[in-house]
Parts: sequence; C-alpha cells; structure tokens
Amino acid sequence: METSFAITGKGYVIVAADTTAARSIVKMKTDEDKIKALGPHLLMAYSGEPGDTVQFAEYVERNIRLYQIRHHYSLRPSAAASWVRRSLAESLRSRHPYSVNLLLGGYDEASDEPKLYWIDYLGTMTEVPFGAHGYGSYFALSLLDRCVKKYLVISGALICHSRYHNPDATLEEGIETLKRCIDEVAKRLIVSPSKYKVKIVDKDGVREIEL
Amino acid sequence: MSRSYDRALTVFSPDGHLFQVEYALEAVRKGTCAVGVRGKDVVVLGVEKKSILQLQDPRTVRKVVMLDDHICLAFAGLTADGRVLIDKARVECQSHRLTVEDPVTVEYITRHIAGIQQRYTQSGGVRPFGISTLLVGFDPHDSKPRLYQTEPSGIYSAWKANAIGRSSKTVREFLEKNHKDDLSREEAIKLTVKSLLEVVQTGAKNIEISVMESYGKITHLDLAQIEGIVSDIEREKEAEAERKRSRLAATAAGQAAMATRAGDAASGTS
Repeated sequence: METSFAITGKGYVIVAADTTAARSIVKMKTDEDKIKALGPHLLMAYSGEPGDTVQFAEYVERNIRLYQIRHHYSLRPSAAASWVRRSLAESLRSRHPYSVNLLLGGYDEASDEPKLYWIDYLGTMTEVPFGAHGYGSYFALSLLDRCVKKYLVISGALICHSRYHNPDATLEEGIETLKRCIDEVAKRLIVSPSKYKVKIVDKDGVREIEL
Repeated sequence: MSRSYDRALTVFSPDGHLFQVEYALEAVRKGTCAVGVRGKDVVVLGVEKKSILQLQDPRTVRKVVMLDDHICLAFAGLTADGRVLIDKARVECQSHRLTVEDPVTVEYITRHIAGIQQRYTQSGGVRPFGISTLLVGFDPHDSKPRLYQTEPSGIYSAWKANAIGRSSKTVREFLEKNHKDDLSREEAIKLTVKSLLEVVQTGAKNIEISVMESYGKITHLDLAQIEGIVSDIEREKEAEAERKRSRLAATAAGQAAMATRAGDAASGTS
C-alpha cells in the first residue's frame, strides 16, 4: 500500500515515496512519481485518494509558482506549508474535500536549515525531524523514534554514532537510515511496495537519486 | 445632455468614436517609451526609465516584467493599470499550465490580454486600461522569437520591431529606416538602444534593456553594459559627423579652387 517517508539531516531533507499506482487489488503501474518539486528548494510527496492527489499537487505547484512570479522570490518552506495546510483545511470544509496526505520538505535558504512538514487531509500540520504516511509509517516511525546514540571511543576521540535518525547525520547516513525504513516495511508489511522514488533537497536544490 | 457620449464611459459618439478609448490612447502617448526589436534568434525589449527620486528604491519601480518563464512584458501608460493587467496575465499563464499542462504561447497570452482590454471598452461601470503593452518571448518547443503589441482598444498585432509610448512615432520611423531581418544579438541590442536614444536625452542611466535569447533565457543588461553600448553609438555618430565634415571641407576646397582657376582664366583674356 502507499507509503512515503521523509528524513531531515545535516543540511538536507530526503523524501521517498513508493511508485505504485493501484486500483482496488490491482497494481496498474510501478513507476508513478508521487514527489513534486514545487520550487527550486521545495519537495512535496503526496498520497491519498488517486485523482485527488495529482489534482491537488498540481494546484499547489501552480500557486507556488504564481507567488514566485508575482514577488520575484519563492515562498519559504514554512510559508508554503502553511499555505498548503490552509488550502486543505478550506477544502475539508467544502462540499468536495480533497483526500490527500503530504510530506513537504524544503531547504530554507534564509536560515540555511532543512525543514520538513507533515500534513494530512484534515489540515493537520506539524514540523517534524522525520515523518511518514501510509501503512509503512507504523513500521518506519518506530524505527526512526529510536534515536539512540551510541558513543564509541575510537582511538581516544569521542565519536557520535547513530544507527537511527540523527538530525546531524551526513547524507550517506541519512540514506542508510532510509534504506533501513524501506527494508523494515518490506519485511513486516503484507502489501509492501516494490519500488521507491527518492529525492533530496539541500542548498544546491532538488535532485533525484537511485537507491 | 449634449455631450453625454463623452461622459458615459462606453457609448459611441455620433461619428463612431469611443472617446474614452481615445483618451486611453492619449494616456499611452504620455507614458514612457518602450521599444521591442526582433532579431534572428533573439528578441530585445528596451524601455525608457523615469529618473527615480533621490531617496526612492529603484528596485521597486519596474516597467519590464516577467509573465512566465518564457514571456516578458513592457508597457507604456498608467503604471497602476499596468499592474492590474499584468497580474491577470500572470494568473492566466499558470492557469493555462494547470489546465493543459503546457506553457502559454506568446500569441495566446497576447490575445488574452487584448481580450481583457477589449472587455473594458464594452462593459458598464468601468474605464479602459490606459496602457499599451509589448510582449516578447518564445513559444514552447520553438526557436522563433516573437514580438506582439496590444492597445487599450483591444487590438493586438505582431511586429518585427515596434515602439509604444512617448514619441513612439519618431522611434517607429527610426526603426522602419534601420531594421533589417536576421539581426544578430549585438545588432538587435544596438538598434534598440539607438532607437531609444532618439527620445531619451539623458542617455544610458534612463535606459533599461532586457534580452531574451531562447525559451526562458533572459538577461537584463546592467548600467555599465548599456553605457558601453551608448558610448559605442556616440563614437560611431562622431566618426560619421567627422567624415561628413571632411567631405564637406573637401568639396568646398574643390569649389574654391575651381573658382580661382575660373578667375585666373578670366583675367588672362582681358
């Protein structure tokens, strides 16, 4: 079933989403991109009711772009997240609400910080160091919660070594943590996704990587 | 009332004029000049910039604006009206992308702007937009530069080179005389600056140049670059004047020599 993760680290956010498009019990395709680049330093992973997701994501994309053209600069991640949350909250109170869950990851160029927002279809928004949506979240979150730092004394120096989520993790460590999440979901979830798309946002912008 | 067609906004006068539209055109003629020149694979937009006040922030005064990644607009006339129209156009650019997943073509957005301008000449309780616009850009998946103009009446048209605003007639005549097809980037920029210098006395510091070279690739020249081009043009003009002077002097000397010879001949016979 649909699953998406996002993890912040030192100067970056990794966003991953499965690539399955399913209808009922049938997999229609396995190369669907569910992560949109909303701007030079902003990523949004979307999941939920098929149709709603794409419609809402494109609506957000165009409005964020319009803001950029009107004002000659992009919305900061926190502002973009607030705008998206409000759109969903208004939608919820309309006759036909969007049923879309989002992970909004961005790099705030003004404060040089990575930012991640967890947003659901009810208009809940919260800033998180890591987040997940879908059935996979039940397995991944507990794994990421174990922020156990193991201090190893290597040749006299005290080195912080963490196998789980660590906000100061390097990109390589972050990707390792993400792989652990994906493996955990693959191991325990009956209907686990077969493939993921992974995108990274940092000071250099947005890029996609292969796991 | 005898002249009510002059007051009610969108009513014909007996001889078929819409006065408000004509007044709008007058507002355009009072606005600062803007020039567009289409080259071989480049299109240049040049505008006359009003001198900003000493304490004003120059970045907040814009006459050339982007509508989307690939379309640039300059206007002449009432700046406040321009702002409103530009915003409508920007929304349409994104709306078009949302509905058909494609960027607008230059003609599409020109027609849309002209459509809005026309609507404001035919509906009640409104007045026409007091601006003319020049739109430049490239269509998606196409390398041909485009240049369009719209007017307050809602007319739109495509051009090789054109000017709007103050003294636009002079500038257009200059362009008609000097425009060639397939201008290079440098030639197109030079022609734009040259034509603007016809009406801008204060030179480089009151000129703003934007160059679009291909889809989404736009550069705004800085003051030093424009000053360079202006001094090049002045040097050329100076050299031309020098040549003219020396040619005149040569002719005058020739004529003088002939006159003396004729005088000598006359004195010889007597």
